[in-house]
Amino acid sequence: MRIWRRLACALLLLVLVVSLAANWLAPAGYAKQYREAAGASPSRQHWLGTDDIGRDRFARLLYGTRISLLLAPAAALVSTSMAALIGGVAGYLGGRWQSGAMAVTDLFLSLPWLFLLITVRALMPLNVTPLVSVLVTFLILALLGWTTAARVLCASAASLRQADFLRQARAAGIGRVRLFCIHILPNLKPALFAQFWISIPAFILSEANLGILGLGVAEPLPSWGSLLKELEGLVSVGDEPWKFVPLVLLVAVVTSFQLVLSNQEELAG
Amino acid sequence: MLGRKIARHGIAILLTALLGPLLAATMVRLAPGFDSDEAQLDSHLNSESIHALRQKRLQQHNILRFYFHSLRRAAQGDLGTSISLQQPVSKLLKDRAPLTLRIIGLGLLLSWATAMALALGTAWLRVPGCDVIATVTSGILVCLPAAVLALLSVLWNVPAAAAVALIVFPRDFRYARNLLGKAYSLPHIVTARAKGLHEFRVLLWHVIPVAAPQLLAVAGISVSVAIGATIPVEALCGLAGVGQLAWQAALGRDLPLLVNITVLVTLVTLLANCSADLIGGMLRGQEQ
Repeated sequence: MRIWRRLACALLLLVLVVSLAANWLAPAGYAKQYREAAGASPSRQHWLGTDDIGRDRFARLLYGTRISLLLAPAAALVSTSMAALIGGVAGYLGGRWQSGAMAVTDLFLSLPWLFLLITVRALMPLNVTPLVSVLVTFLILALLGWTTAARVLCASAASLRQADFLRQARAAGIGRVRLFCIHILPNLKPALFAQFWISIPAFILSEANLGILGLGVAEPLPSWGSLLKELEGLVSVGDEPWKFVPLVLLVAVVTSFQLVLSNQEELAG
Repeated sequence: MLGRKIARHGIAILLTALLGPLLAATMVRLAPGFDSDEAQLDSHLNSESIHALRQKRLQQHNILRFYFHSLRRAAQGDLGTSISLQQPVSKLLKDRAPLTLRIIGLGLLLSWATAMALALGTAWLRVPGCDVIATVTSGILVCLPAAVLALLSVLWNVPAAAAVALIVFPRDFRYARNLLGKAYSLPHIVTARAKGLHEFRVLLWHVIPVAAPQLLAVAGISVSVAIGATIPVEALCGLAGVGQLAWQAALGRDLPLLVNITVLVTLVTLLANCSADLIGGMLRGQEQ
């Protein structure tokens, strides 16, 4: 298993580095239209061919990967922080605080994830600039994705509440805020890391779903979702196999995250 | 004990039914663009009509009034009118719900049948290679976006219910395999098998009763996953169900329609989870 994890880490690192080097590998950019070569098959100039309006698919894949790989962890960071704050504090305080926070969490969790996402996404304006659409999409993922993590962290914090070292610290007169920051949070670290890693592939897949449904990142900015939307026009699977490259990359990346995640879960106990 | 549990679930559903629309009404009211109405730009309308439209909008400014008004209408069966489709929401839901229910029902049946067959093959029969094949398949499926599975089902002419089953299957299989595996490793079951009790009897009398409450809880959750899966499946397969309606409402920012669908879906999900919890509780009680 260890070798698979190392391979997964290596693949993630490689994909990240290549996507960060998009400016050098595809200097023409993701929006440049080669009108004379619209809908072209793969060639030396365009490794993955061009889309219907002549944009280089390889360049779009690189830039799209960069957006998804940078913003999904950012969204995961925000959501895990929210979960630590809401779930951790509720678990630490216990009583009504815990019941109240868990009631809100249950309400969120009772909604199917995709329904909740498209509902909140629809509340935001859809005709915004591409940059704003990226931010809105990932911000929504971050703001709605904290619930499961909050439940786990609440349970972890609640189990720590009666720990001997906390009683001693309380008896020594340490304040609640200091107790939470200095003693509870460090003990939640393994669970926090695991939740952070769980959120990344979940957010990548959610963005892809939103993108395919036309509610994700706005054109001309590429993302895995908007790249996969091209599959909609396919007549048969063997027709243009190069259109499946983004899907293969997405599956490889998400699988790698899952493999790394199994290690994190082991660490979290 | 059971009565208290039923009461607790009933209160949760009632609270959701009351708070859901309030939250939804607040979101609709605060959503950007709430004040603007395309109809006001219609050049055919005279100033009086435009004034009347504005007055109608102004009535919805107070969130609480808006909420109570919506609640009163909902109690009478009137869920409002869809902005984009210009049809009563209740009629739209009534027309489209049967197809969605059929897709969800068949999808869940197919998913659970496959998941249980493979989980039993792994935990009970210990078929060589079954675990590897099932784990790899579920691992790949869990890494695919639901919308891609829906697109592939269109390409391969796979029925929509099968697409829903493929989306739900990985989670069902993993939980079912783990629960059955855990049940088979319990000391009393190991002893029963060692004493030569028939495998089928072990499964029916000892394994299933132990794993059933948790399996039911997973079944409750899988209803929620299946409902979520109907959005991409119906939208991309061109099926006129509630999932497609929700997608159209999102694209057209038809908030009254979207909010009603969301509240309805929440209630259905809660009902499914509560039923699973209650039945699981009853089974656990019998087991004890």
